[in-house]
Amino acid sequence: MTLQSFLEMGGYAAFVWPAWGLSLAALAVLTLVSWRWMRRAERLAATSSSDPGTNPAAPAPSEPVD
Amino acid sequence: MNIWYYANPERFAGLARTLLPWTLGLALILAAIGTVWGLLIAPPDYQQGEAMRIIYVHVPAAWMAMFVYAVMAVSSAIAFIWNHPLADVAAKASAPIGAVFTALALVTGMLWGEPMWGTWWVWDARLTSVLILFFLYIGYIVLWSAIEEPARAARAARILALVGAVNLPIIKFSVDWWNTLHQPASVFRMDGPTMAPEMLTPLLIMGLAYNLLYVAILFMRMRAEIAERRLRTIRLGLEPAAS
Repeated sequence: MTLQSFLEMGGYAAFVWPAWGLSLAALAVLTLVSWRWMRRAERLAATSSSDPGTNPAAPAPSEPVD
Repeated sequence: MNIWYYANPERFAGLARTLLPWTLGLALILAAIGTVWGLLIAPPDYQQGEAMRIIYVHVPAAWMAMFVYAVMAVSSAIAFIWNHPLADVAAKASAPIGAVFTALALVTGMLWGEPMWGTWWVWDARLTSVLILFFLYIGYIVLWSAIEEPARAARAARILALVGAVNLPIIKFSVDWWNTLHQPASVFRMDGPTMAPEMLTPLLIMGLAYNLLYVAILFMRMRAEIAERRLRTIRLGLEPAAS
């Protein structure tokens, strides 16, 4: 099988490649967005719970909360 | 909380932190194997030719569209019975993932339908019930963000998730109950799969990859949700932050 015949997908290139490309792209974006949301939320929760200004019972800022 | 050790949100977040790299890593490896196998190694279909390779992204997305909704419905039932916040978190975190899988199932199905059926869309039972599934996900997401008070939002969302679950058997059996262009089930059948093993193997690998990816993204979104809820509690001054 040549590269060209692979890319042509037996004449169905216009359907096979968008189906695979969209699937890959959508799942990659969802993964990245979820990852960044998780990082941001956990960082925010960790900093505000160790902020002595908002809560006097908080641990020292250097101490990780979780 | 003593009954289910990991039902404690903070403890669950710790478990999710441990399992996330494994689920995500395995999902990516299996997706890579499934992609090479599905696009290069698996034979073309004797009737559909190379267009049949759409199956390896279409069917796993469709499986997950239903599976994620089932998780959402079961979580909502658990949330109703035990009123446990982690079950709401699981359901809420699942919804956007399920919506993406459903959208992918619909779009890849259209891309498969046009060359094989000669049309992008028909209003038959299978396609229509999956479109309704997509709207159920959207409605569920909108409900959470539209209702200000968390307890009321959770209650409304649980009801929608449970009522919408009647759509799942309709989707599953739509190809048997009504006339449709969509082909009947060839993997999850009472009498076993009818698909050729050369095609079934990469399909199952992709299915497992999609499933693990769902679990990995679910862990991420649940951790985010748990952190946000903790942040809200801290800001309300309801909890000593050092706990």
